[in-house]
Amino acid sequence: MRDIIIIGSGPAGFTAAIYAARAELKPLLIASSVEIGGELMNTTEVENFPGFPEGIMGPDLMGKLQAQAERFGTEVVYDDVVSLDIDGPVKRVTLGNGETHEAAALIYATGSAYRKLGLPEEEVLSGHGLSWCATCDGFFFRQKTIAVVGGGDSAMEEATFLTRFADKVYVIHRRDSLKASKIMQQRAADNEKIEFVWNSEVAAIQGETAVTGVTLRDTVTGEERLLELDGLFVAIGNDPRTHLVHGKLDLTAEGTIWVDGRTSKTSLPGVFAAGDVIDPHYRQAITAAGSGTVAALDAEHYLAAQGNVHAAEALLENEFVSVD
Amino acid sequence: MSARAVNEATFEQEVLNNEKAVLVDFWAEWCGPCRAVSPILDQIATEHADKLDIVKINVDENPQLAMKYQITAIPAFKVFEKGEVVKTVIGAKPKPALEADLAAYIS
Repeated sequence: MRDIIIIGSGPAGFTAAIYAARAELKPLLIASSVEIGGELMNTTEVENFPGFPEGIMGPDLMGKLQAQAERFGTEVVYDDVVSLDIDGPVKRVTLGNGETHEAAALIYATGSAYRKLGLPEEEVLSGHGLSWCATCDGFFFRQKTIAVVGGGDSAMEEATFLTRFADKVYVIHRRDSLKASKIMQQRAADNEKIEFVWNSEVAAIQGETAVTGVTLRDTVTGEERLLELDGLFVAIGNDPRTHLVHGKLDLTAEGTIWVDGRTSKTSLPGVFAAGDVIDPHYRQAITAAGSGTVAALDAEHYLAAQGNVHAAEALLENEFVSVD
Repeated sequence: MSARAVNEATFEQEVLNNEKAVLVDFWAEWCGPCRAVSPILDQIATEHADKLDIVKINVDENPQLAMKYQITAIPAFKVFEKGEVVKTVIGAKPKPALEADLAAYIS
């Protein structure tokens, strides 16, 4: 049996792995089969991660975090978790390849998944003009007319990025003001290819085999109108990925995993959670990384209390005092 | 075995005139999910080499092919049989999901 397993390969998972590996706990990190690196893999320039004054590409940052975690002995497995048995003192994690791994402690850092519009035509048109990833698919909309749905930072980033390719980018938002940060709002507002469509929601996506437009519903008057488009990018937020722990861990009203105060302690002893899966508010790479640190230290404390010598020594080195 | 690159010059011979079924992986350097799924395709290519050829087309270098096959999202996988597209799968997926999508061509 191992000391610790970490599920998730975003900033939270890899930062937890860096700490756990430096504590000589030889963490096993389950990175997923096709979403290695998490959400930052689908971003371009990250300008707000401390320590990179010139900015850094999201995938490059994740590559560095992984290299740092592996340098100290983290073992990375590229597979998906299919089931968890975490009630007892031994935490069991079963993977898509059928293997089951056991550990005394578990850190759950699975992040969040793109929220869908909830329209029946979404499945059919996905990949045929309907996209959740501007950096992946924007390239195919050169000189086209497209729209981004959403009002947050990611919607602004996508809209601004998409103007590299498209002739016209509408930003469709339900309200008459944005929740995006000032700098991202300004960047979008200054871009002459971007036009805001306020107080509007997507009632339907038009097109049989590819997107041809959307039916917009005015959120104030209820009036509907057609907007012709070649492509639609959805950036309306994310939902925490908790399906593997439903019925096992307590959740909050917001759907995130419940943790005790500022700790990473979940409702089960020996199970710790970090990153976007516990955070409905901030959801930044750096807050996720900080959260991963908290989880690793909480896990070290838990393991030390069970007599794990490496964990106890690491805690002394970090001058960490439990917040019990 | 890693999937070999095909371009506009070799496409007809390698894909359209291929005796076997061919899966074409439309991808690009800057596409994170494309890079993530690449080792999975290599595994499938190795395990099913007798039934299915797997080749890659870089959409940056071969825009005409991307346009011809109406690629608007990558990674996009198109299976060709006797020169015709018989199956399209879009997006990076875990190996079991991809194998399920491709069952008709690999089992």
